[in-house]
Amino acid sequence: MAPLKIKKGTSKHSAYDLRDPHSEGLERHTLAVVVANEAGVLARVIGLFSGRGYNIESLTVAETDHRGHLSRITVVTIGTPSVIEQIKAQLGRIVPVHEVHDLTVEGPSVERELALFKVAGEGNDRIEALRLAEIFRANVVDSTLSSFVFEMTGTSEKIDAFAELMRPLGLQEVARTGVAALSRGTA
Amino acid sequence: MIVQALKDQGVDTVFGYPGGAVLPIYDEIFLQNDIRHYLVRHEQGAVHAAEGYARSTGKPGVVLVTSGPGATNAVTGLTDALMDSIPIVVLTGQVPTFMIGNDAFQEADTVGITRPCTKHNWLVRDTADLSNVIHQAFHVATHGRPGPVLVDIPKDVQFASAAYTAPENARTSHYAPKTRGDADRIEELVALIESAERPIIYSGGGVINSGVAASQKLRELVDGTNFPITSTLMGLGAYPANGRNWVGMLGMHGLYEANLAMHDCDLMINIGARFDDRITGRLDAFSPGSRKVHIDIDPSSVNKVIHVDVPIIGDVDSVLGDALALWKSRGSKTRKDAVEVWWAKIREWRSINCLAFTQATKTIKPQHALTRLEALTKDHDRYICTEVGQHQMWAAQYLGFNEPHRWMTSGGLGTMGYGFPASIGVQVAHPGALVINVAGEASWLMNMQEMGTAVQYNLPVKQFILNNERLGMVRQWQELLHGERYSQSWSEALPDFVKLAEAFGAKGILCSDPDDLDDAIMEMLAYDGPVIFDCVVEKHENCFPMIPSGEPHNKMLLGEASTKGAIGTKGAVMV
Repeated sequence: MAPLKIKKGTSKHSAYDLRDPHSEGLERHTLAVVVANEAGVLARVIGLFSGRGYNIESLTVAETDHRGHLSRITVVTIGTPSVIEQIKAQLGRIVPVHEVHDLTVEGPSVERELALFKVAGEGNDRIEALRLAEIFRANVVDSTLSSFVFEMTGTSEKIDAFAELMRPLGLQEVARTGVAALSRGTA
Repeated sequence: MIVQALKDQGVDTVFGYPGGAVLPIYDEIFLQNDIRHYLVRHEQGAVHAAEGYARSTGKPGVVLVTSGPGATNAVTGLTDALMDSIPIVVLTGQVPTFMIGNDAFQEADTVGITRPCTKHNWLVRDTADLSNVIHQAFHVATHGRPGPVLVDIPKDVQFASAAYTAPENARTSHYAPKTRGDADRIEELVALIESAERPIIYSGGGVINSGVAASQKLRELVDGTNFPITSTLMGLGAYPANGRNWVGMLGMHGLYEANLAMHDCDLMINIGARFDDRITGRLDAFSPGSRKVHIDIDPSSVNKVIHVDVPIIGDVDSVLGDALALWKSRGSKTRKDAVEVWWAKIREWRSINCLAFTQATKTIKPQHALTRLEALTKDHDRYICTEVGQHQMWAAQYLGFNEPHRWMTSGGLGTMGYGFPASIGVQVAHPGALVINVAGEASWLMNMQEMGTAVQYNLPVKQFILNNERLGMVRQWQELLHGERYSQSWSEALPDFVKLAEAFGAKGILCSDPDDLDDAIMEMLAYDGPVIFDCVVEKHENCFPMIPSGEPHNKMLLGEASTKGAIGTKGAVMV
């Protein structure tokens, strides 16, 4: 029998996964997961993604209903349509998960992210950074003679674009919250 | 309080092992007589015993172990129960709350370690929550798709007292999986039943988990429609092996006629199975011409592997009940003539007799040993467990199961060492029944310490070991795939099993001559106590038929002649 010939890189994730991950187009979905606010619930959700090899693009979590003991986890994930369906079904299986909403398919929604940018520079770079911040409606929340911290809220794309512009002007650090999302209109 | 909660949940049996962090619970157990505690010899054995208990009764199995190593030793059993959807409640001791996180003696992050291998788990930090959580644990383990749960109880929480919450007052309402199937989907299923020309019913462990009533409805459906039925390893017994429409197990080592029927059918009705990779073979060539219906209580099982045309989310018992009622109300129609033609085709496939083997004169073929075991035990009230490997597949092929809950095997995880402790759990649940563990010598050694448990409680479990001095399935794959280089797949330095049995105070029987086999089996059956039966068999026998990995159902290997070059490079990567 011929020896085993397995081309390097044929299976991206594990030796057990021989499916072509590009057999269907990849899609980006924003999921809102309402969970009981109990110890370990975030670990369950994250463990599901890492254990089953799903992507997490962004993740935000905080308690949203103190009296009802509920938290809201917003996950942005990328996968083929069948993988996205699996992710939703698997999330639904977790005992403390109360609701799973796919905001990407359930109708129009708004998505926002908050980001902080530290930009250090002097002279023209500093003036240019401040000018661009005004255009992007970013606020200055901290200032020294040689640095600014800008605060900005917007879509992930807007934050990406601003970070790209700040990079040559002395961008030192970026802190982002990840996406928070709600459906438009009355639910 | 813990013992009270267990009693209120109807628990009469606990498998466990004491240790520092569970002493208060063991003290409670000492002071009462309603719950019987079975002391195992290793915590893994406790979980498998509870699985055997659960699988043979339909009730949840209960385990009590200590913190740290007690909990980590339970992990394999938890994972096994998760993969095979077995309801298990494991109570673990934990170091006191004020010491958690300090690397205390016998501390482990039990809920962290067991999070991915339980359906759900809880760390109880306040005694006031304890009884409520235990009731929730039983609720979660047994509702929806069953599975293992774990409750981690720090020692100070065990010592403290608080008001008791009765089961009826426990907060369980938030976990309520859907059991009733969608009416429109059920109507689509009935329409497909009425129009199918080449139907097959493919049933799985979900039918067993749904209860005896579900098996009854399955039989009613099969007998009413005259459709052929095959089953997964986990589903054996839901439809009787001596039933008219049984075409045998399907899958990698399933029967030729079952796999070809799956490949060529025009309607596949999957009832409580999950399109496991042992079943489907090559996915892009899986049953290419069929409409597929999938009945499953777990939405994540649907469209996970195979895209189906009619998904029905619900409990098998409820969905089959609704489907049968609707089908009957519409006149109990099927395409009788076409189904008869389909049966003629299946009989043609069956005529090649894929399980045929030639018994040798000098040595016992494993298939022969199981054929004789079947002949000599089939009229008994019989429960069969297995370990994992060739013997497991042969047992599934050559033994017949006519009732549900009679077949305990590790399907999803494939846990060597499962069968012996499982047989102990089964015997505890059915004291008068004949319980046989069909084993390989290598698997059996993995949990052989449980001989102590079997002898202590005089549990007359029969350990029927097909001893080929090889890790037979590993050896078979090395022959087919790795140029007959048998790396580490033989059993060196085996014990004398007869002396081993005697050392534990049990009976040992050695048999290597085919002429002695029947008498030796009768001797095993006649003995009232645990028996190790060392059945020395042909060393290089391979398990056929076989779908080589990476191939579709219609590319089955039937015997030695057809194995050369059977597994391609793509298949070789798969397990």
